Amino acid sequence: MMNRRQFLTSAAALAAATQARADDMPGITAKEIKIGQTMPYSGPASAYGVIGKTEAAYFKMINAQGGVNGRMVNFISLDDGYSPPKTVEQTRRLVEEEKVAFLFNPLGTPPNLAIRDYCNKNGVPQLYVATGAATFSDPAHFKWTLGLQPNYQTESGIFGKHILATKPKAKIAVLYQNDGFGKDYLIGLKAGLGADHAGMIVKAASYETSEPTVDSQVTELQGSGADVFLIAATPKFAAQAIRKSFDLGWDATRYVTDVSLSIATVLKPAGLAKAKGLITANYGKDASDPRWKDDAGFKQYKDFVEKHMSARDLVDSNAIYGFNAAILMVHVLKQCGNDLSRANILKQATNIDGLELPMLLPGIKINTSPTNYSPIRQMQLQSFNGSSWELFGDILQG
Amino acid sequence: MAVRLAWGLALAFAISSPFWMSGYHLYQFSQVLIYAIALLGLNLLTGYNGQLSLGHGAFFAIGGYGAAILIVKFGLPFWLAIPIASAVCFVAGFLFGFPALRFGGLYLALATFALAVAAPQLLAFKGIDFLTGGSQGLQVPKPGALLGLPMTTDQSVFWLCLIAAVALFVIAGNLVRGRFGRALVAIRDHPIAAESMGVNAALYKTICFGVSALYAGVAGGLDAVAVGFVSPESFGLALSLAFLVGIVVGGLASIGGVLFGALFIEFVPNYADQLTVYFGENAKALPGAVYGLLMILMMAAAPMGIAGLLRSLARASGLRSQ
Repeated sequence: MMNRRQFLTSAAALAAATQARADDMPGITAKEIKIGQTMPYSGPASAYGVIGKTEAAYFKMINAQGGVNGRMVNFISLDDGYSPPKTVEQTRRLVEEEKVAFLFNPLGTPPNLAIRDYCNKNGVPQLYVATGAATFSDPAHFKWTLGLQPNYQTESGIFGKHILATKPKAKIAVLYQNDGFGKDYLIGLKAGLGADHAGMIVKAASYETSEPTVDSQVTELQGSGADVFLIAATPKFAAQAIRKSFDLGWDATRYVTDVSLSIATVLKPAGLAKAKGLITANYGKDASDPRWKDDAGFKQYKDFVEKHMSARDLVDSNAIYGFNAAILMVHVLKQCGNDLSRANILKQATNIDGLELPMLLPGIKINTSPTNYSPIRQMQLQSFNGSSWELFGDILQG
Repeated sequence: MAVRLAWGLALAFAISSPFWMSGYHLYQFSQVLIYAIALLGLNLLTGYNGQLSLGHGAFFAIGGYGAAILIVKFGLPFWLAIPIASAVCFVAGFLFGFPALRFGGLYLALATFALAVAAPQLLAFKGIDFLTGGSQGLQVPKPGALLGLPMTTDQSVFWLCLIAAVALFVIAGNLVRGRFGRALVAIRDHPIAAESMGVNAALYKTICFGVSALYAGVAGGLDAVAVGFVSPESFGLALSLAFLVGIVVGGLASIGGVLFGALFIEFVPNYADQLTVYFGENAKALPGAVYGLLMILMMAAAPMGIAGLLRSLARASGLRSQ
């Protein structure tokens, strides 16, 4: 236990230590690059903690290989329990006490919203935030904050374009979760269809995460006579919607968000036969898919997991996500050369031209620019054949 | 004497801290003060009056959202928004006190637990998202310098929290030492005897609930201003449980104890988290275990909380205690 005197001495020692350091390139010495992150290692979203662990393991491997341009990566990933007040506190600790150069891949929409003003006021790069909310790709207002994965609007825009191309006379029904995620879907779909075709959406119904089922919404949507059904729902509700729409005998083309593409947690509970014909979009390789067995990128990933992680992490989509993100980060740091000022780190992070990552689908490239803060904008559609997902068509851009 | 000296030292420490502490540590100690205010409210209810609440995070949330909405949507200054939001909390707590009369002990714990579970989902409810910002939450502007004095945002927030905390501690101290406090304790220890002495148990219990919620509301309002952001995730179940941990660790039915409780819930999880450095990246689940272990040790060493431990130490060393 701490008593007051111990607090005093430790606080005073910390305050003295922080004043001693130079400030022109925060977090950078001749031998070190200090990077900060907040991640939910505890609490309701702790499954995502694998992302932080994977990134830490990757940076450790890079250090063992000699670091980035001769500097070691000192990656400090702190637990925020997915609680925004804690995110603010931990971020301030990283920036003001640890003096990190920048934040990399902090996770979650509310936590990132809570620190966005702080990062932008203080000129701290908040790079490649781990959330699909479109609000984080807004260079005009928040130039220090950068997204990473295709945002929800991008994905549903791709659905909209695919619907136009395959069923130009479609009548579309949408089930969406009543929050930023669900609403982003609706916005993206309208954008993908274009202003002239917005009328194709004949009905949209929302649900609250507190509701036990979405059966009544699905029945109501079927009653609209729609022949395309878009499910913008988180796993539990997506499973219910998939099952209910099948049981009703509703003969519609069904699209489901990539948030709910997991066979184990969504399609199996819904019933694999009932999920047949579903369409979704994806951008990463699925480690359990035998197609990638001899793929060079997959082998690189597998090799990394076997040497630096534990075997059970191999098929975890969060580990794949962290692997891709860490490689992207190292790429940016290399590109920075010796100028590791915050301004140059941001400049290089927003100056990526056609980078491919080992665990992205072949053909999907990362592009950023000072006006494009959505690094991954491309996805490929895939349909469910009753036992696994099958990619089809070209790489699409939202 | 010793107790007065301790209070004096604590206050001197607090008043001096804005002049030498870094912004980050001031922020942390602002959080400690905010937690202390919330714990004080909960301790009035649970420690002094014996009504167990697992749902004080919900009142904290009403205070936080109330203040945030008044500031962001109605343009009120924070010094007006926080008292109004706290008054709303008093009414909410007072009203909740009526059904609470019918529940005793564990049943009340469950009813308040339901409040804590429901709060984040109600806050994200679609019907009110034009006020609450739904799941996206609200960004609350930080207060500038107080009274035009030259100070940073962290310093103003800290002064704000300190002034509120001192006022609320003095009020709570006077409350529990007087007629009101004696009635609360009497109701806790022997409700039938208390009623036969002429104590209106129903009235005292509901008012106690209201006052307790008001304290949580002030804390919530200050928190919204200090953090600069509210969202449903800010007020999860873990917050309510942390409050309960705080009053038990600090010492039930102790005014000073809540300071220790607040220090515990603010700092111990952080220090537990830092331990992972020594155990490698795969020990990310360790802090929870360390925190749990520390709590068990605490309860074994000081079953009456830190305040109780200090009291018995003082008695053993012959000092007079309160």
